[in-house]
Amino acid sequence: MSAAAEERNARAPWALTAPALMLFVGVLLIPLAMTVMLSFHDWGQYKGIEPVFILKNWHEIATDPYYAEMFWRTFRIAVLTTLLTAVLGAPEAYILNRMSGRWKSFFLLVILGPLLISVVARTLGWALLFGGNNGLVNKLLMSAGLIRFPIPFMFTETGMVIALAHVMMPFMVLSVWAALQRLNPQIENAAMSLGAGPVTIIRRIIMPQIMPGVLSGAIIVFSLSASAFATPAIIGGRRLKVAATLAYDEFLNTLNWPLGAAVATLLLVALVLIVVGSNALIERRYAEVFR
Amino acid sequence: MAYLELEGVAKQFGAQTVVDDFSLAVGKGEFISFLGPSGCGKTTTLQMIAGFLDPTRGAIRLEGKDLAAIHPAKRGLGIVFQSYALFPHMTAAENVAFGLEMRNVPRGERAERVRAALAMVGLAGFEDRHPRRMSGGQQQRVALARALVIKPSVLLLDEPLSNLDAKLREEMQIELRQIQRTIGTTTILVTHDQNEAMSLSDRIVVMSQGRIEQIGTPQETYEKPASAFVSQFLGKTNDFAATIDRASAPARLIAGSWSAPAPAGLSGPVTISIRPERIGFGDAGLSAKIITRIFQGNHWLFQCESECGPAIVIRQNDGERQPAEGEAVRLSWRPEDMSVRGGAAA
Repeated sequence: MSAAAEERNARAPWALTAPALMLFVGVLLIPLAMTVMLSFHDWGQYKGIEPVFILKNWHEIATDPYYAEMFWRTFRIAVLTTLLTAVLGAPEAYILNRMSGRWKSFFLLVILGPLLISVVARTLGWALLFGGNNGLVNKLLMSAGLIRFPIPFMFTETGMVIALAHVMMPFMVLSVWAALQRLNPQIENAAMSLGAGPVTIIRRIIMPQIMPGVLSGAIIVFSLSASAFATPAIIGGRRLKVAATLAYDEFLNTLNWPLGAAVATLLLVALVLIVVGSNALIERRYAEVFR
Repeated sequence: MAYLELEGVAKQFGAQTVVDDFSLAVGKGEFISFLGPSGCGKTTTLQMIAGFLDPTRGAIRLEGKDLAAIHPAKRGLGIVFQSYALFPHMTAAENVAFGLEMRNVPRGERAERVRAALAMVGLAGFEDRHPRRMSGGQQQRVALARALVIKPSVLLLDEPLSNLDAKLREEMQIELRQIQRTIGTTTILVTHDQNEAMSLSDRIVVMSQGRIEQIGTPQETYEKPASAFVSQFLGKTNDFAATIDRASAPARLIAGSWSAPAPAGLSGPVTISIRPERIGFGDAGLSAKIITRIFQGNHWLFQCESECGPAIVIRQNDGERQPAEGEAVRLSWRPEDMSVRGGAAA
């Protein structure tokens, strides 16, 4: 091959991916960089945004316990949502995987249901179910004798976690399901023939093999929950803000764009660190299962 | 008394009968093969013995005890699966140790037995490997060690060698036979490979469409096939239409221009089958023409067109001159080398 042809070949991948790369740079990297830059600008009630480089916003976030509380709440809700989806979603996927053809497709549709409904309609549905002391959920629980006093769901972290877990469930179920698909269909029989009971089979044979699926599902659910906007906005409202609704308020109500940009940037950086970090941990821990 | 006994076992899935009227008595230490084409019900039968499927009818007894009452986990059988079904998240040693753990074998004894089992299958030093880092043959050995370490009452092998390449398969066959001879475990092998069944087993159960066609030693099933299916499935064979003429005295069995004294007690049209290696070229016998002649190293394979239809002949490459393609020949065989089927009682 001539040197010119070799050079042409080396350039071909770049040329072919250029349109997609330009879109990527144009709609993702540039706005992101602008947001990061924005977080260093100044803002005043009467002067608006001043394009200077100061650390005022970052200093405020770092020192004001109001922001710390907000971020802790965001991650607490995301962690609880992740736990809830894992605890309910993994068995759900296991049961789904054992169903016969027709029922399997039906229940798969049921599980995907939340994703097919608009986020606002779905969350307002939860608001109706929760709705104060006379909400349907509370009435049911009380008439069933499970609780004596109504549980506050609206404007609480409990309500937010439940509503988020509902919509995040498909991601967990699908990712565990994918892991279950890779299981050798004879593996349970193999364990049984060696004398293992059903509980041992699940604990010693199935669980370790679907753990990567649970963990990758957890990463998806965690990052989506931590950055969720619509659900916290409707269930939590103004009373119970999380990082995403806080950034929104700074942008659109206070009009303090630089502070909102700082909150958004911090959320992004924290999420990326958590996701990349836990991914590295998982891959090292489950190297043998992943291969 | 038979060690493992299947009596009138049948399995139906809906309206479809997969195994029907399967009866077999296996002696202690015997090596039995279930041989048949795919879909003949051999794996289903094995799974019923293992307890993964319940028979629709019939009984399976191990040392006189009905297995239906015993949960698969408590049957104490060793099973090697076609796909090996090793636990991918455990090392070879952990895989082998699993069955012992389930039996609460103390740690020290467990380690010793795992080491011995892996050494027996030639995997000493592979204790800490994960299955995915092992070759197909090595995984196969781990699966065998895992099944044998629990000292199973019966070893069930479900097409264990079908995923290996030809050379490795041959090696494993010899090794499997040696191991089985040494430890004397009663073994049932499911296979569709007639060579495998013949080289490994004490007795072969030939199955077709859910039914037993024949039970016998490899030699019996090969040389005295009980049905057309068995003779076709076990190696190559020539089936010729023939007649028994009782009008002449003494009565003769006639196929084209070949004839021999008729077997006693039969008359009318029959089918005779002769193995290709038992047919010779001679001066008298069935007229035929060589269509193709294929050299296969230690033997020649001839495809002929005879008076009674196509025929195949195998001759040792013993240095004698062999007929060429297109040559007219006469095919003959000794009457005791053929089996006769059909015909009316005379």
